[in-house]
Order: sequence, then C-alpha cells, then structure tokens
Amino acid sequence: MDLTVTDLALARGGMAVLSGVSFRLQACQALILRGPNGAGKTTLLRAIAGLQPTLAGQISPGADQIAYAAHADAVKGALTVAENLCFWASVYGTPGIERALEEMHLQGLRDRPAQNLSAGQKRRLGLARLLLSGRPIWILDEPTVSLDAESTVLFGRILRDHLARGGVALMATHIDLGLPDIAVLDLAPFRATAQGIALATAPAGFDEAFL
Amino acid sequence: MIALLTRDLRLATRAGGGFGLSLAFFLILVTLVPFGVGPEASRLTLIAPGILWVGALLASLLSLDRIFALDFEDGTLDQLATAPVPLEAVATMKALAHWLTTGLPLALIAPVLGILLHLPSAAMPWLTVSLLVGTPALSVIGAFGAGLTVGLKRGGLLLSLLVLPLYVPTLIFGAEVVRRGAEGTATATPLAFLAAITLASLAGLPYATAAAIRVNLR
Repeated sequence: MDLTVTDLALARGGMAVLSGVSFRLQACQALILRGPNGAGKTTLLRAIAGLQPTLAGQISPGADQIAYAAHADAVKGALTVAENLCFWASVYGTPGIERALEEMHLQGLRDRPAQNLSAGQKRRLGLARLLLSGRPIWILDEPTVSLDAESTVLFGRILRDHLARGGVALMATHIDLGLPDIAVLDLAPFRATAQGIALATAPAGFDEAFL
Repeated sequence: MIALLTRDLRLATRAGGGFGLSLAFFLILVTLVPFGVGPEASRLTLIAPGILWVGALLASLLSLDRIFALDFEDGTLDQLATAPVPLEAVATMKALAHWLTTGLPLALIAPVLGILLHLPSAAMPWLTVSLLVGTPALSVIGAFGAGLTVGLKRGGLLLSLLVLPLYVPTLIFGAEVVRRGAEGTATATPLAFLAAITLASLAGLPYATAAAIRVNLR
C-alpha cells in the first residue's frame, strides 16, 4: 500500500500554512515530519486523514485506508479498557480485542475504568485502536507523548511489525523509535508562499461563510 | 451502529452520564407549577397539556449539548469521522440514544405527573401517545443543533436559540393533541401533523447534522 501526496496546499484558520508538499511512501516505509511548532505538522496529518479540506493537490489512497491517532486519545473514562476497545472493534468490524490488549500490554488493566488509568496507560489504550482498525496506513501525531521509556520501546516494536507486514507510517515525533527504513521530511521549505496565500483567500465555497 | 447505541446508553446510565437530569427537571417543573399558579383544579386542568409539553420540551433541551460535545472534546468524533461508518448513521444513532434516555422516559412518566396537574384521565393515553410520537422530533432536531454548535466553547446558549424555534411546531401540535384528548374531541389531525413533523425531521435532518459536523471538524 503506497501513500502518495502530490503538490498539497493547506490552510488553517483561513491562513495558508503549507504549499507544494509532495512525497511518496511505499510499503514498509515510515516518514517522520519535522518542523518547529506551528509549521503545520498536525494540519498536514489531519488533511491526509481526511479531516481537513485541502486547498490544492492530491492524496491517495482515500481516507478509508488510513488510521489516525491524534493528540486526543478518544477514550471514554466511564467505560472500562475492554469496553472501550470492544466498541472500536465493532466499529471497525474486527473480531477480537485480545491481540490488541496483548500487544499494548493492557491485559492487566482490561476491567479497570479508563478514568483511573494514568496518562501513559490511556495513550496505550488510544494507540491500541490502530491495531483494531486493521488499516495499512498509520498517521501518528506525537504518538509517544506521555509514554514511558519502556512503552516507547514497545510501541517502536509494534510499529516495526506493522511496517514489516507491508504497512506505512507517517508521523510527527521528536523521539527515535528505532525504525530501520526511515525518512525525515522537514516542513520548513514548504511554508506557504504568496501564491499559497492567494489560494487561501480565494472564495472556497459555501462552507467558508461559517468560518 | 448498534455498538455506538449501546455505548451511548451505557455512558448515559453510568455515573456522570446525566441520565436522570432531564427526568428530575421535568418532575421539579411539574411539581412547582401548582405552587406558582395556585391549586384550583379548574385552572390546572386548563393549563396542564401546555405545561406538560413545555416541560418535556425543556427537559429534552437540557441534555442536548452533551450529544456531540463530549465526543468532540475527547477526540472520539474525529475517530468516528475517519471510521468506516457513515456520519449520517452516527448522527441518527446519537439522536436515538438521546431519545431513549430522555424522550421515552418522559413519555412514560408524564401520565403520573399529569395527575399532579389534574389532567383529566381521558387525556392520559393521548399525553403518552403524543409524547411518544413527538419527542423523537425533539431529539433529531436537537442533534442537528448540537452538530451545528459542536466546535464552539460554551455553545449551549447558541444551541438553545437555534433549536427553540424549530421546536415550536412540535409543541403546538403535541399540546393540541392532549388538549383535544382532555375535551374528548377528535385528535387525529394534530396527531397526524405531529407524526409528519417527526418523520420529516427523521428523514432529512441526519444528513444536515452530518454535514454540520464535517464543517465543524475542520
């Protein structure tokens, strides 16, 4: 499964942030996005996940091949760990949660209400959803935030397994996850130019009236 | 989709889910009215249909902003938008869960509270029927309002202002069914209008709700 991004231009809050972003990721490859705060890493990741409209350019394949792990863990505190995972398993049509529980070392916590978990445990629960989704392309926004050293190594191993199975990963992270075949894309050269800003201020249709 | 419904019902009934809030509000409103307007049976009988329907409407309004706001805050809505389920179905299931936790219990408890307001016993079945037919429209319209205001901090005020005018037709026909039931005259016409409003909102609004959520997620 390849991920191809061609000549992408993006805006956030009506301001163009990125333009001319192009890259191609083949199966088993991972790409790390780098750039200072506000460079547009999250905007780019959300656009590729299909949560944000693009000003120009193409992304292939569509959002139905992509699993997105955002800053927020999307964990319901009132439900137990197993209930949280069972819900997402049935949304994605995945048969069981045992493998995800095991790989993320969550078996011991399965009947614990998620509100009693630590930040790192919640993070692992949020990342376990990637395994349940069964999707080949992982989009990860700072996946290791609040993970301890051991869990970071664990997640690095899961990521390596995912890539070895022919998956693709695109992530914004500052931590070395020990991945073998990794490329780094610095977003600084793609900062929006005057042309990009012109695109952003052009009428973008009915939706913009509400923004 | 059933998974989403059961999850929402589970969340609503667990601690902090706000399941009892609407019912408690309805109960308080109806018990306070006789203190406010006086205990004369004739006067209460006259205003009972309107009070019961206004109470049900406000009780349903009370929990609207929870429909999408909680899922938006913890990132669940982002995940649902990228999951292999149509957002229209998510909107429908959310409205259904809201109805099952507010509209349905309200409809079932309303006859008991009707006694407090001296509602004639002939009107009791009509009260339940009109609430059963009418409150789904309140939940679907409310889900639409919640979808429109989902990204806003403290969107509750705007939500009420948006949704209340849309609630008026349901209120008029719903209260009319109960009033006619109390008088013993034919209730078919307002009941048909009430059902029509519910069916039309059910058919159309989930699409509008999904579109509103997509705009707000950007």
